[in-house]
Amino acid sequence: MTLKVVVVGAGVVGAACAFHAASAGMDVAVVDRGPVGAGTTSRGEGNILLSDKEPGPELDLARLSRTLWEEIGQELGPASFELEPKGGLVVAGTAEGLAALHAFAARQAAAGVHIEPVTRLREVEPLITPGLRGGVLYSQDAQVQPVLATAALLRAAVRRGARLHTGEVVGAVTGGAGRVTGVRMGAGEVLPADAVVNAAGTWGGEVGRRLGAPVEVLPRRGFVLVTEPLPVVVRHKVYSADYVANVASSDAGLETSCVVEGTRGGTILIGASRERVGFDTTMNTAVVARLAVQACRLFPFLREVHLIRAYRGFRPYCPDHLPVVGPDPRVTGVVHACGHEGAGIGLAPATGALVTAHLLGRPWRGADPAAHTGLLPDRFFTSGGAPQ
Amino acid sequence: MGRPSDIIIVGAGPAGMAAAATALAGGLRVAQVDSGTAVGGQFWRHPPQHARSAIPTDDLHHGLREYRALSRELSMARKAGRLDLRLAHHVWSAVREGDGFAVHAVDRRDAPRESAVTLHAPRLLVATGAYDRQLPFQGWDLPGVLTIGGLQALLKGGGVTAGSRVALGGTGPFLLPVAAGLAARGVEVVTVCEAGNPLAWLRHPLPVLRNPGKWAEGAGYAFGLARHRIRVRPRTAITGAEGGDRVTAVRIAAVASDGSPRPGTERRIEVDAVGVGWGFTPQLDLLIPLGCDLTNSADGNAVVAVDGGQRTSVPGLYAAGEACGVGGAALAVGEGHLAAQSALTDSGSAAVLGNRRLVAVRATVARQRAFARAMALAHPIPAAWSSWLTDETVVCRCEEVTAGAVRTACTEGGAHDHRQVKQLTRAGMGWCQGRMCGPAVHCLTSQNQVYTPAERLVATPVTLGALADLDEQQ
Repeated sequence: MTLKVVVVGAGVVGAACAFHAASAGMDVAVVDRGPVGAGTTSRGEGNILLSDKEPGPELDLARLSRTLWEEIGQELGPASFELEPKGGLVVAGTAEGLAALHAFAARQAAAGVHIEPVTRLREVEPLITPGLRGGVLYSQDAQVQPVLATAALLRAAVRRGARLHTGEVVGAVTGGAGRVTGVRMGAGEVLPADAVVNAAGTWGGEVGRRLGAPVEVLPRRGFVLVTEPLPVVVRHKVYSADYVANVASSDAGLETSCVVEGTRGGTILIGASRERVGFDTTMNTAVVARLAVQACRLFPFLREVHLIRAYRGFRPYCPDHLPVVGPDPRVTGVVHACGHEGAGIGLAPATGALVTAHLLGRPWRGADPAAHTGLLPDRFFTSGGAPQ
Repeated sequence: MGRPSDIIIVGAGPAGMAAAATALAGGLRVAQVDSGTAVGGQFWRHPPQHARSAIPTDDLHHGLREYRALSRELSMARKAGRLDLRLAHHVWSAVREGDGFAVHAVDRRDAPRESAVTLHAPRLLVATGAYDRQLPFQGWDLPGVLTIGGLQALLKGGGVTAGSRVALGGTGPFLLPVAAGLAARGVEVVTVCEAGNPLAWLRHPLPVLRNPGKWAEGAGYAFGLARHRIRVRPRTAITGAEGGDRVTAVRIAAVASDGSPRPGTERRIEVDAVGVGWGFTPQLDLLIPLGCDLTNSADGNAVVAVDGGQRTSVPGLYAAGEACGVGGAALAVGEGHLAAQSALTDSGSAAVLGNRRLVAVRATVARQRAFARAMALAHPIPAAWSSWLTDETVVCRCEEVTAGAVRTACTEGGAHDHRQVKQLTRAGMGWCQGRMCGPAVHCLTSQNQVYTPAERLVATPVTLGALADLDEQQ
């Protein structure tokens, strides 16, 4: 019998779940209250990064995802979503900073990441500020245009029989033994389902609650700056080694450590701040100014370049800064796939494959549930299923 | 100018000038910011001070007496230190700050050098006007094809004529003063293509009858046009422009009431410049991020919602002029006075406008608004305008996105509005951030809905260097 799967969320993670589940022959419906890729997916930079990840469960997922992005590119055409294996360059300004970076990179290399120490930074990135001590080149770091990628994945899923519904999920319908049998929609109709995938991103906490399977997913606001279009002057994703510390940080206040990179369109993206301010959409000019300072320090020529746009989004994070991917221990049939924070674009394909593997009960496209137990929702609960 | 201001007014066009005059008369200390190098805005744009005697422009203007009176009041207040006038300052963001507002601008008096300036005040009045609404057609991106507002700005600001044989097209009464002004400077205005039907005004006779000032203005243009033998062709549109390095000809056609060209009526006219305008789009870039409620205007634009005293839904924030609905300078002046009057009352100062004056201003505003509504209904964007476009016609000039790509984003990409089209095609992601193509992309995707511009957190391009300096100031 064909497994009926409802994927909640038409962002990049939901699209990847739908793509893999439909490829595995499941009967897939994607539901979202809004347009495709209109949430956090459209508010990031399109990062596919290995460079910023410590060895551990997230890096394992990221490495698989990097391979799967490549496969998706081959299957759907890399140009259709601007897949660009441009590489990342992490730089350090002090001897201590460089030593710490090298130590970090060595641990990553042991976990399978390709690294290449760089001493002459300007040979790799000609306009970078002189006076930096050195850096590490991560050739696997890449970029996509997230909304195009989401649209391409969903189109491919639809070709494999998936359907797209606009509407809001209000609750789960459960049958005997608390097993999900469907999803109740705002308009009153029920979509039959053997499994529900919570891929609602920043709203994953709320969707989990509605499904009777709450997980703690919180918003972290980030601003991204966009410059006027220029010829190719920044070749890699370039950032300072402080970035890694900020991504992993749990401080409540503002953190900025900018990533500077060029895009296919010629604009330069400067991201990204991280603030815990709930869903506050207010413009924060101090954050924008801070990002500008840091970008100009890395690339002094940027002082003369115009900012033409700024946007902000809300990254979904779990308290331990790891995504939650896998079946919920409390409601049979609910599978979580959210909480990817700033890494959702990069991690989407592997998340989709892993969710599909969980649903199939066997490995799928290199995703083996047994190899990614660190992402399971169980980590948040005691053995009785109560939140820890 | 060390003392803090009671109110910041962004914009020094008719609405902003009137607002400043009333606020100053009521004893408020005013900071006024404008991107221009002189007060007056687009409507009262003048040549630079040193060139004014060499380039006479008085005959191109209306309401000069009002302009001069307001200019005098502003300049006296400036001398007395009560008006902090910041010209050549471009505001890139306005944000709430405590109980008041912070306005972030870049000072471009020594352009290309620019430096960051931040102003603070408990109240903010936004009078940022509007700009030409553009609809693309084949060849609209050729050099020599301008907006009619652009033609008018060249004329008023420097006595410059963009060409010697000019065709004008679009819809709305603004075509007439531009045609008359060009003709008065010796330009041969070869055709004025008005897509609308002049008889449409008859459906709204009252607002017209109640605004005799507009008859006089209209009669003046009619006289000017007749003297220069300029023919206004109703129900006609410019459907294409041709040329190599620059425009050399336009194609015009008679159009049905929905704007679709009537077969067999197309003609080609040689020109060396073209001006096109389809009404205006209010400049809401500062207001939308501040969270103001918007409302629908009869011309198809979302505009900022205000109460009878020009208060927006955000406490302490007022709006006046075209941002509240396009309606011309007389309306803007009235709204400016009312907005400042509210700011005075709300800050506990004595009101300036006496009862009788207040009643008169309110009556003018109501009358002018009714006229603006009638004008919008008589000069809509024709429903079938997009039939002029081929799939190859460029819609977004900055990113070179074609009409075909926009259509594909809607049909295959499932895009329902201009924001989604932007994500899928890059239309509106370039230098102008959709200010030019936004209304057109909107019309191509969801024409029967009101156009709400994309939120722009950065209202004008600003160098990262100026922003970095701002960080060091904080």
